Amino acid sequence: MSNLDTFRKETKKWLDENCPPSMRSGADPDIPIDEVWGGRNAEYKNPESKLWLDRMGEKGWTMPTVPVEYGGGGLTKDEVKILNEEMFFIGAKAPLLSFGIWMLAPVLLEYGTEEQKKEHLPKIIKGEIRWCQGYSEPGSGSDLASLATKAEDTGETFLVNGQKVWTSYADKADWIFALVRTGAKEPKHNGISFLLIDMETKGVSTKPITLISGKSPFCETFFDDVKVPKENLIGDLNAGWTIAKKLLQHERAFISNFGLAAGMGSSRDIVTIAKKHLGEENGKIKNSFYRSEISSHKIKEHAFGLTLKRAGDEGGKASATASMFKLYGTEHNKKRHELMVAASGVNGVAWDGDEFDDGDKNLTRAWLRTKGNSIEGGTSEVQLNVISKRVLGLPTQ
Amino acid sequence: MKLVLTEEEQFLKDTAKSFADERSPITHFRSLRDKNDPVLWDEEVWNEMVKLGWPGILIPEEYGGSNFGITGIGVVLNECAKTLTPSPLFATGVLGAYAITNFGTDEQKQNYLPKIVSGDLTTALAIDESSHHDPKETDVTAKKEGSNFVIDGKKTFVIDGSSADLLIVLARTSGNKGDFAGLTLFLVDSNSAGIKKIKLDMADSRNYANIVFDNVEISNSNVLGDIETGGETVEDILDIGRIAIASEMLGNAEAAFDTTLDYLKQRKQFGVLIGSFQALQHRAAEMFCELELTKSSVMAAMKAAEEGSNELQRLSSLAKTMAGETLHLVSNEAIQMHGGIGVTDEYDIGFFLKRARVAEQIFGSSKFHTERYANLSGF
Repeated sequence: MSNLDTFRKETKKWLDENCPPSMRSGADPDIPIDEVWGGRNAEYKNPESKLWLDRMGEKGWTMPTVPVEYGGGGLTKDEVKILNEEMFFIGAKAPLLSFGIWMLAPVLLEYGTEEQKKEHLPKIIKGEIRWCQGYSEPGSGSDLASLATKAEDTGETFLVNGQKVWTSYADKADWIFALVRTGAKEPKHNGISFLLIDMETKGVSTKPITLISGKSPFCETFFDDVKVPKENLIGDLNAGWTIAKKLLQHERAFISNFGLAAGMGSSRDIVTIAKKHLGEENGKIKNSFYRSEISSHKIKEHAFGLTLKRAGDEGGKASATASMFKLYGTEHNKKRHELMVAASGVNGVAWDGDEFDDGDKNLTRAWLRTKGNSIEGGTSEVQLNVISKRVLGLPTQ
Repeated sequence: MKLVLTEEEQFLKDTAKSFADERSPITHFRSLRDKNDPVLWDEEVWNEMVKLGWPGILIPEEYGGSNFGITGIGVVLNECAKTLTPSPLFATGVLGAYAITNFGTDEQKQNYLPKIVSGDLTTALAIDESSHHDPKETDVTAKKEGSNFVIDGKKTFVIDGSSADLLIVLARTSGNKGDFAGLTLFLVDSNSAGIKKIKLDMADSRNYANIVFDNVEISNSNVLGDIETGGETVEDILDIGRIAIASEMLGNAEAAFDTTLDYLKQRKQFGVLIGSFQALQHRAAEMFCELELTKSSVMAAMKAAEEGSNELQRLSSLAKTMAGETLHLVSNEAIQMHGGIGVTDEYDIGFFLKRARVAEQIFGSSKFHTERYANLSGF
């Protein structure tokens, strides 16, 4: 038996013994489902969510490729593939959703010191610390490098003052990774540093922002004379922009995949919705105008999915394709929601009350939420600029 | 199914690219058009393609072919399309070779396949009868008379129809126009008594004909595949044709896009390169995305055809739709971005627009395939 066969056998056995019944397919629908983000203040409706996170975290399998000394699984690519397959076979739920895993950990692995990796990676992997991202500011949206939140070197510490905006779940997070100005304003890219800040530090406060969807996944975050230890600087002083760009690539890849994954196989399927609200005839959506639009849309979705697959098969050509996927994934997701809302008629714009079912009301909120997809993580227009310049080599004026 | 070319396929693609650049640059197509060439492709260029083994790419080795596969012929057509290379490769090397290899009797294979490989026989597939593609609308009839069939009626828009030696004809042996059942395919010598070929003059200056069948007698042994179930057979052949033409159309779109991109980097107005204008940059970036999606669709369809995947029909419609829409967009934008010279005959970019609109109609428009995709997807 080859090593991989042994690994598969052992993994299967471990999952069988350790993945709790409510964390896999066939779970009792009456057991509540938690969205597990971990952290100091995490609350669980279902104790098995916590158990599953602890067990996977202990194995380091929330980040299976990270070396064991940093709390990861230390698995090879082939082993990770097997782990994913075996988890897929039993319909295992992802144990942890985490900006730490998706965004910060790759940066720590590349730019962090040995001490920083040992300090932060295990806590990310075990879900002990929940992270949020402090990038945008009221005056710095697409022009992120113009950011003004200041970190002054006072010898012992950095003294941070300023405001961040659009920090996802800042009110629930334990730590923030932030871009701060440590150097001159011009050239603006060269005076930025990448700093880790404990949200419990005196002077840090947050305020949720209510969105058009009625929900508040984002906050404003304020820093008022916040003292941050110097060892929390990642990479060199004033070299934060390079790190920020790297992190944005991870974020863009994540958002575009998320947009697609959200549509495929989700309970909110456009064909089901169209058949429900427009009627069905011989298995076809009754209204031929909607039917044709939906088919065109499905074709694009299929082609986009194949393009993600092709990029994977080609070995993934980093930044340029990340921009394309971010652009296309989010724009496509917006269109899909517009189509679902239109196909639902009046029910597609239901807000509240008992006259509409949850599916309709949730769709309205979800549709409104998608409007942010093409703004966060770099607007669609910024992605078009990146493609024009970096991929197509078109000149700047 | 990995969506990447194998080393051999990449090598074939590179060979085809050099061939197209050296042997049939766009000036070659222009000269054929200008001299109003009767077949609109060049015997010498075709013979060189034959020597490279291209008509035999889909033909088994026992008949002299290389059995290299759909992706192989797809990449060749893709590269040739970039210089608008006219040749019988699509109608003969894809449609004829695939149809006879997969549905022919041993005798038919023995008779025709070696001749296709050696370049001694060209073929054409005669399906449509009106301005829109739709095989079930077939009204050309084949009536059984003794051991023979007699074909009557008119076929339209037959690719290479004015020059092909052998016609593969879809005819109705029972039922009515609009029925998918009751269709049969026939192999018909194009010089048979009662056949009249009317050469068509189309916007893309390629070889097409309408063909009239007046009491054309065909022996029993010339049936291709099974009698009455030709509808299914022809859909199989057409799906391969659709994937191949989609690969060709992708090549047209890639070339038109690259030419336009070059122009944006050279042309100055208001003292700057026009490629520095965001109004043009963003449209170029959007075209880039559509091209990438089309590449993936065509690649997936070619690989599915090779693996005999049950997704083949849906992927064929996906590829033809994506190729049709992307080429439509790119060919229009290419003209607009070239400005005044874009609408002159002297400049080549207009050729791509004309080729685009004709190719969009071949074996079903994007609308046809969007409908088919919905049917196949269960909505």
